[in-house]
Amino acid sequence: MKRTLFRNQLLPWLLLAPQLAITFIFFLWPAAQAVRQSFLRQDAFGINTTFVGLSNFQALWNSPEYLNSLQVTAVFAVLVTVLSMGFALLLAVAVDRMIRSTSVYTTLLVWPYAVAPAVAGILWWFIFNPTIGVMPYFLDAIGYDWNHISSKTDAMTLVVIASAWKQISYNFLFFVAGLQSVPASLREAAAIDGAGPVRRFFDITVPLLSPTTFFLLVVNIVYAMFDTFGVIDATTEGGPAQATNILVYKVYFDGFVGQNMGSSAAQSVILMLIVIALTVVQFRYVEKKVAY
Amino acid sequence: MNKLFAASTVALIASLSAANAQTEIQWWHAMGGELGAKLEEITKGFNDSQDEYTVVPSYKGTYPETMTAAIAAFRAQQQPAIVQVFEVGTGTMMAAEGAIVPVHQLMEEQGADFNPQAYLPSVVGYYTDTNGNMLSLPFNSSTPIVYYNKTVFEKAGLDPNSPPKTWAELEEFSTKIKESGAANCGFTTQWISWIQTENLSAWHNQPIGTEQNGFGGTSARLTLNGPVQVKHWENLKRLSDEGIFKYGGPVGGDNAAPMFYSQDCAMYMASSASRAGVIANAKDFEVGYGMLPYYDDVEGAPQNSIIGGASLWVLSGKPDEEYAGVAKFFEYLSSPEVQADWASFSGYLPITQAAMDQMATFYSENPGADTGIKQITLNEPTENSKGLRFGNYVQIRGIIDEEFEQLLSGSKDAQGALDSVVERGNALIAEFEAQNQ
Repeated sequence: MKRTLFRNQLLPWLLLAPQLAITFIFFLWPAAQAVRQSFLRQDAFGINTTFVGLSNFQALWNSPEYLNSLQVTAVFAVLVTVLSMGFALLLAVAVDRMIRSTSVYTTLLVWPYAVAPAVAGILWWFIFNPTIGVMPYFLDAIGYDWNHISSKTDAMTLVVIASAWKQISYNFLFFVAGLQSVPASLREAAAIDGAGPVRRFFDITVPLLSPTTFFLLVVNIVYAMFDTFGVIDATTEGGPAQATNILVYKVYFDGFVGQNMGSSAAQSVILMLIVIALTVVQFRYVEKKVAY
Repeated sequence: MNKLFAASTVALIASLSAANAQTEIQWWHAMGGELGAKLEEITKGFNDSQDEYTVVPSYKGTYPETMTAAIAAFRAQQQPAIVQVFEVGTGTMMAAEGAIVPVHQLMEEQGADFNPQAYLPSVVGYYTDTNGNMLSLPFNSSTPIVYYNKTVFEKAGLDPNSPPKTWAELEEFSTKIKESGAANCGFTTQWISWIQTENLSAWHNQPIGTEQNGFGGTSARLTLNGPVQVKHWENLKRLSDEGIFKYGGPVGGDNAAPMFYSQDCAMYMASSASRAGVIANAKDFEVGYGMLPYYDDVEGAPQNSIIGGASLWVLSGKPDEEYAGVAKFFEYLSSPEVQADWASFSGYLPITQAAMDQMATFYSENPGADTGIKQITLNEPTENSKGLRFGNYVQIRGIIDEEFEQLLSGSKDAQGALDSVVERGNALIAEFEAQNQ
């Protein structure tokens, strides 16, 4: 590693100061507040406060709703990740074969990424609305009675589609870049050795793409767990019967609607731990272990 | 450019000094659209009527958002003097003794013209303590009624002028409507929690919880898994399976109204304040109004229905001159003229007897507009039909919806679903009790 030496000891700190200040005010300070709050029991207005130790965490552990939310989050994250990465890879491979129109398709496919999650949620909410939507109308024609207001499966399907759709663009970009870095000579050599396109894809492209895939895996799980709040809030609000109440939505609901700050803070501390774990995994493995 | 700058500076200083001369009173509310515009008009009426105080209304979004914003503001010591809180927030507001100024106390301290006897007990009862002291000022109160499609009734060979009185009749009428092909479904409803659980209990004089439905203190617990409620939920499930009843979704049931407007469902149980909206949307048919149906084998039914809507709470920690202004403003809001104007415009219930009397002409000219007020004043409210007051009730309403959905999907029976409501709800109430000790 190359070291740059500054004569002035103060200058590097000064240059770092704005970033440090932002990190402290917007990340460290609120995080510390959440940790503190997670040990307290407080009424909505903050008039009575009692220190209750770990009882907020204990209550979560004994709460069927919280355990259900954990399970829902796991299912949701896996489905969103698999669906969005699968489609993205498919599209990326297709675009990679184009010669002239690559940039046009790439641009078109990236568009959905510019749509804010809440807007995406509303769009899908309209498309799938059981009373006024287009999709239930078509599904009805093939004999399926779509109703995400009362059916848990339909609700989960809706939030998964809405969340995955947005993320396909992002994954697509990375896959396209990843595919371009796969040397054509390797594929050609395999072709000469008699390997068909499917074999070439699985034996050459997939292993060479693994760093990208692993990176996207972590990013997508984090996205599904934390950035899909807008989609959930705009479509199902966690319902029906908590079938789409993912952890991050539950933090919001219990804290801001339910005014139970202690429990909400405890939940966000748990989420914080999950994010830390995911980050560690990413840095440890993505940077080092995934090799070819 | 300089001239313009100078002129605007002068204008700015002038406007600032004008504002300084008056005491500003912040009022956070949740009335959007037409209602919000009317609210501003009423406030303007107060501001123009005197020059000491200016009430500044600010729209803060939905009910939960408004309440949350006010609580967050209180924690940051930036609270408004008046905040509009929906009825299920009453338990939370009431328990926050250091955060609120009870209305009766405010009016006495400020020497305002305040006579608790002038208010309608069935409306203000929801917002009084067990000693009969008014804690918040009811602003917009409504109660659920039945809207029905007279055109469909006629097609099905029913008398368009007699809505169903009992649940048995409602089922009989619905079956006829469905069989004759006049409509696809018999009825739909807003609010499973407010209408089909809380109001059902009050209407049949059944307790929702102990301690006078929670009015007696935070140690109260839910008991709404009684035989009448279980029987009713069982019926709704059966009627839903038969296609006679269609579920409109959780909370306010957003999908219920379109089903009634599109003549898919012939009857619609909804807030009396939805009247204007129903009339505006009932383009191809005539609307009739009826009271909520009841089970005639339950003794004491029909009792009286309970209200929903919101009331105005006064938050503590403001200078005394603001409270003087709030008292004046509340006097103005309670006056028969303002009440009658607001109630006839919005469909909400008037809160005083004088206002109700003033609305006699309006009621006679607008059939059905008085169904709600007749229904809440049908009988002297009992301990079971005064209203309800539990902490964390916003979430408990959510639990009611969830368990009802479990019932509809067949994963629980009515008794099991209501037992879960009680069990999960009581856990939240116990948490609230512990927070406020």
